[in-house]
Amino acid sequence: MNSLDQYIELYLEHRDIVDSHSAPALNRLRPEALEVLERSRLPHKGDEGYERTSVDDMFAPDFGVNISRMPVEADLAATFKCDVPNMSTLLGITLNDTFHPSATLVKRLPEGVIFTSLREAAEKHPELVERYYGSLAPLTEAAVALNTLLAQDGVMIYVPRGMKLDRPLQLVNIFCSREPVMAVRRVLVVIEEGAEAQILVCDHTQPEAGASLSSQVVEIAVGRNARLDYCDMEESTSATSRHSRMFVRQEADSYLNFNGITLSCGNTRNDYNIDLTAPGCETRLSGMVIGSDRRHADNNSVVRHLAPRCKSNQLFKYVLDDDSTGAFEGSILVAPGAQHTEAYQSNRNILAAPGARMHTRPQLEIYNDDVKCSHGATTGQLDDEALFYMRTRGIPEREARVMLMQAFMTDVIDSVGIEGLRDRLRHLVERRFAGVSATCGDCPVNS
Amino acid sequence: MSKLLEITDLRASVEGKEILKGIDLTVGEGEVHAIMGPNGSGKSTLSEVLAGNPAFTVTGGHVNFHGTDLLSLTPEDRSHEGLFLSFQYPVEIPGVSMTNFMRAAINAKRKYFGEEPMPATEFLKLMRQKREIVELDNKLASRSVNEGFSGGEKKRNEIFQMAMLEPRLSILDETDSGLDIDALRIVAGGVNKLRTPHNATIVITHYQRLLDYIKPDFVHVLYKGRIVRTGGPELALELEERGYDWIKEETEK
Repeated sequence: MNSLDQYIELYLEHRDIVDSHSAPALNRLRPEALEVLERSRLPHKGDEGYERTSVDDMFAPDFGVNISRMPVEADLAATFKCDVPNMSTLLGITLNDTFHPSATLVKRLPEGVIFTSLREAAEKHPELVERYYGSLAPLTEAAVALNTLLAQDGVMIYVPRGMKLDRPLQLVNIFCSREPVMAVRRVLVVIEEGAEAQILVCDHTQPEAGASLSSQVVEIAVGRNARLDYCDMEESTSATSRHSRMFVRQEADSYLNFNGITLSCGNTRNDYNIDLTAPGCETRLSGMVIGSDRRHADNNSVVRHLAPRCKSNQLFKYVLDDDSTGAFEGSILVAPGAQHTEAYQSNRNILAAPGARMHTRPQLEIYNDDVKCSHGATTGQLDDEALFYMRTRGIPEREARVMLMQAFMTDVIDSVGIEGLRDRLRHLVERRFAGVSATCGDCPVNS
Repeated sequence: MSKLLEITDLRASVEGKEILKGIDLTVGEGEVHAIMGPNGSGKSTLSEVLAGNPAFTVTGGHVNFHGTDLLSLTPEDRSHEGLFLSFQYPVEIPGVSMTNFMRAAINAKRKYFGEEPMPATEFLKLMRQKREIVELDNKLASRSVNEGFSGGEKKRNEIFQMAMLEPRLSILDETDSGLDIDALRIVAGGVNKLRTPHNATIVITHYQRLLDYIKPDFVHVLYKGRIVRTGGPELALELEERGYDWIKEETEK
């Protein structure tokens, strides 16, 4: 049984409803997506690049898809506030799969900047959405095709040429349905030439929510000389599955600092595909995973150096406790013409319990002599000597372990570019390691 | 003088190999004991076993520490009860700042005795006072624990921690190794300043040199896992002059 069948069937039965609750820019790719899906299957565990994760299994349950765009608990969106000290953002909220701008966002968004639902953007700025939608994510891939087939809406962020935003844009995605639900999320981010932006995305699941799956495709275009700090943070529940595929295209002399933070999850697979298409690009891609219970997180990165004088640096760290499992596959590709490439990749992992498992596979593919590249992976345990040293000073074993795990994540936390968020993240990571659920304190998501 | 530490027939092994083969040692309040001996005689093992290193297995004997059964306690509770080990090789802990490390230690001890955490201003004042005892730079106190410290700085940091925790019994394991003469004077000066009539010190050393600065009341020679000779300060001088061979010969007889 192919898990795609139920979605193809759903679409074939209700294509009018799907289209009528969306926009032409999104509808126009559906027929092609359908063609792809009719002859594909989602990756199974053991497929190349999917050693430890079955995407097919993620999509197999009978999730509801809100194709009629029924509104959900809009009160939550109206009252939601994210109180992070020393951080003031322009906030938008997605409930399951529907975008709600905050009042401040509507009031304070600078002229010319777009931060709204993808459907609204497609209606107001069809030429812009048509130019970028589907331009970076290859429709030939089953997961992208499925997302394209069913995506009726999503989020669009657009920062015009030369515009430097002084406040981060924050998108909070919340699962709040008691019924099993799949949110088909499509995110389009366009940072034009010389523009600068900071984006924070937080994924939450309400504790009482049922099984939830997010199928997410994110396309990010970073223009010439543009700068983007992007932090993608998951704090969900064991009932949540997340399949996120991100595609980035960087133009000349652009800078991207991306953080993929999995504070807590159920079953997560993140793909980061970054193309450095013109000279002088710089990319920092850092990630962390904190695993516990029987949770699973898998990160896969592909950084392609397609032009000379680009730099990339990847750092992924995992701390896995209990019977949790982690996977990392990362590759750096240096194309024949990409002289003076500097590309580094490091994956370091700690298994904090005998039942935890890590799979790691760093890869380099270099078709060029004039490069500086390195990659490496280590998986080990907490340092016994450090643990004993701390205990001789009276620090209880449990607390000493938390301090060491926290210390291990320091460089990933420090790589976050958004002011105010680093301290919050430090606090969240500490709470998570101390066994307190990793939630932002009195956040209404958890009440 | 009342007894602080009483070790009776202590035996311990590591990876199945017996290292301590029946140690007897009594330390009274206010006393300084030096333990000397050739390499591999078990000096460091004794200090690690007393501190509770789980890498070692105690196979016999008893340790009474001012009325508590020391060997039944976790390393952290031994610390709370007043035992301190100055490591021969202090461990670097990247990412854990000295301040957080010390705060966690101080507050864990207070919690053990049912007290509230120390207020932040009081804690910082205490850090400042104790730093001066070993002339530890403020810069070092704001860095990660021992990371990038020189050999001398690490040893001074050990004595600083000892000053913060105010132990009843301090075990200084080869605290003189790797120290130049100035650092040695500072470290020994710190130890002497911290002496009271109620605490005690065990100095583990290879050389007489440190004992010029920290004057022992008793000198013990550890060889092949046993204390084979006990004397006054003059025994250290004799060992300095004659080496250990004569002790080995006498023991083998």
